[in-house]
Amino acid sequence: MNALAARFNAIFGADMAGPLAALVAVLIVFGFASPHFLTGATFGSVAFQLPELGVLALAMLMPILTGGLNLAITFTANIAGLTLAWTLQAKGGIDAGPGAFLLGTALALAVGAASGLVMGLVIAFTRAHPILVSLSMMIFLRGLGEFLTRGGDISGFPTFIAPIGHGSILGIPVPLLILIACVIATHILLSRSKLGFSTYMIGSNIESARYSGINTRKVLVLVYMLSGVMAAVAGIIMLARFNSVRVGHGESYLLITVLACFLGGINPFGGFGRVLPVFVALIVLQLLSSGLNLLGANQHLTTAVWGILLIVVMVLRWLSAKFIRSVK
Amino acid sequence: MSTATNDGVKARPLLSLRGINMTFGGVKALKNVSFEVLPGEVHCLAGENGSGKSTLIKVISGVYRPADGAEIVFDGERISHMTPAMAQSRGIQIIWQDLALFPEMSVAENIAFQTLSGSRPRFVNYAAIGEIAAEALARLGVTLDVDRPLKDFAIAQRQIVAIARALVGEARIVFMDEPTASLTQSETDHLLAIVRALSASGIAVVFVSHRLAEVLEISSRITVLRDGALVGVYPVEGMTQSKITELMTGRTFDQNVRARDVSQNPVLLSVSKLSRPGEFEDISFDLRRGETLGITGLLGSGRTELALTLFGMRRPAAGTIVLEGRAMRFASNREAIASGVAYLSEDRLSLGLNQPQSIADNLVMASLNRILSGRLISPDKKRALVARWIADLGIRIGKQDDAISTLSGGNQQRVAIAKWLATDPKVLILDAPTVGVDVGARAGIFEIVARLAETGLAILLISDEVPEVYFNADRIIHMEKGRIAGWHDPRATTLKDLEAAVYA
Repeated sequence: MNALAARFNAIFGADMAGPLAALVAVLIVFGFASPHFLTGATFGSVAFQLPELGVLALAMLMPILTGGLNLAITFTANIAGLTLAWTLQAKGGIDAGPGAFLLGTALALAVGAASGLVMGLVIAFTRAHPILVSLSMMIFLRGLGEFLTRGGDISGFPTFIAPIGHGSILGIPVPLLILIACVIATHILLSRSKLGFSTYMIGSNIESARYSGINTRKVLVLVYMLSGVMAAVAGIIMLARFNSVRVGHGESYLLITVLACFLGGINPFGGFGRVLPVFVALIVLQLLSSGLNLLGANQHLTTAVWGILLIVVMVLRWLSAKFIRSVK
Repeated sequence: MSTATNDGVKARPLLSLRGINMTFGGVKALKNVSFEVLPGEVHCLAGENGSGKSTLIKVISGVYRPADGAEIVFDGERISHMTPAMAQSRGIQIIWQDLALFPEMSVAENIAFQTLSGSRPRFVNYAAIGEIAAEALARLGVTLDVDRPLKDFAIAQRQIVAIARALVGEARIVFMDEPTASLTQSETDHLLAIVRALSASGIAVVFVSHRLAEVLEISSRITVLRDGALVGVYPVEGMTQSKITELMTGRTFDQNVRARDVSQNPVLLSVSKLSRPGEFEDISFDLRRGETLGITGLLGSGRTELALTLFGMRRPAAGTIVLEGRAMRFASNREAIASGVAYLSEDRLSLGLNQPQSIADNLVMASLNRILSGRLISPDKKRALVARWIADLGIRIGKQDDAISTLSGGNQQRVAIAKWLATDPKVLILDAPTVGVDVGARAGIFEIVARLAETGLAILLISDEVPEVYFNADRIIHMEKGRIAGWHDPRATTLKDLEAAVYA
């Protein structure tokens, strides 16, 4: 038993146990509950729905690792989406070419980065609490976006945009490919780069990191900029999936991304946690939602179940820690 | 070794432990330890960091549960499973090194809060707690304004508050963990007088201290632990400091002045008229290759502020820092590190090391550029670098990925030193390098320092423990109120004279 646990930890990491167990549990429960659950259709829908939430969760992950939070991710995504939408409209709307799309994407990512830059600078230099700073940014972006769009939708994009939201390459949905690319990039960044290393060190003790010569301000600014860029990617995916942009779109994802991070074993106070368990946790959440949907449950009930899940996870984590201590 | 006798009559021990075993993650922290305290005696628990002293205290206070087969007897009562609440109710009081007080609350609340818990009605009677607190302080022969918040008082007075709290808890045995670590000589004398008074009133005191002179002065018996095992129990008569050190470490140490003549070595760091108003003024010295320059002085002498300025974390208001002939104006400590200046912080717990993170991450934290492969950190290079320094400095660890907080103070400090050596420094500033490190481990750290000096590293050794700089530095600067009060050559002065100059 112990040897088995050691093997598991060596291959996946100890923080994978919870999310993988949850994944198996969800597959078994819904597999029995609904004959339609374990079918290609379920996984197809999950594969298309997961990416927006997933990329947003990555945007939330890095600030949390520094001991902060970025509450502005969904509106950053909206504003980035707007940037792309307006660029396309300015370059001909439905007739806009790939050049306009590339330009718009670059501008969208730049807007995301700028949102992060401002937050990062304020957090790093004034030491204001990230919750307050990002909340202010969130309110600012929402107000700005609603003012600029008058609360309406922006739509009418060239047809080649649609495959980014709905297309498949070799049977794998394009948005899923984007998510996987973002997961891999974030994983490498956190586990292997100097920036990632510094992110963890800052998360558990920023002063000791500073005394060791880590440029804590630069790291904080970069982390929030990357978070903003990641949010912009999510904004672009949302634009392609809905073929429109509306400020407020995806707002309900905000707290779900926090939930996914904690479900994936990220320390809420920063300093510890990995990308891959968060990825698995996201899949669990999405499967849960699809499964309940198949059973005919109300969408609001799904949200309630997600909340219960988080509470259950907290208790289970406490119990398992207690169990491990008693075994030792 | 003579056997301990107490007036020929064997008094019944107040506390007696037998067969205590404790294992953490495969490491045996306590191996079949027994421990005995007589009523009203002052007993010293001696041992290096990691020898099991703290673990033993935590077993006694019910924080840890020892392995099966342990026997704990308190005042004739056999206790099969000690809990913190039981320890409390039986009068077993622990005064931890950090005191565990509430700085924002008043002295009275700090002293009397235990008597409040559980009483009904659930309202605080401030008059009553004021009385309780004043009475407890009076028993110690101390008067303090009990209504003022604790944070207004110096560490020595807080210590007394912690002792008063123990008295209110109707202590029968008080454990004091390194109680004198941050006290001046006169404060220490006062504390020792209080300990004697406690003992005279029938309360047993177990004194955990690495300051052996005090141990010899105050205790009647000494229990020595080494590597989690009992070395022995000894009467204090006939004991000497070096004998205790030998028992604690299993080795002998020479306390010879290490100072050498380094005046022919080239100057590496030249500081001239360096000032930061309110912190230090007009500091000038040359530090030579291979030299260990000691800086001593009381708290508030400006030592640490000077060190932080040399390390680029503060800007000098006036004066120059010249390193290898080049004038330095560090904009940050990153520039200082890149130029070859390293600084071991006096505050290992919150600044020197990142306690929750792993040994390996702490060790490489300041030298990430040396373990890169392309633009990414190479796990192999990291592992190799860590393994090299662990071996080189003789650091005892379990796994590289264990949290640094699992190591003893001495081993933590070695990791902190290794972190800076990995940056390949020219000047190493050691600020209070033995705080919270025990005797044997201290000697080990100074062996490392001596070895580093031999390789040509210039070392600035800052310490308020005068003997440390006396025995280990080549020259000594005495700082007082931010200024250089005097220069001393350990070969031309005695420890006594130097201490007299510093503590005057």
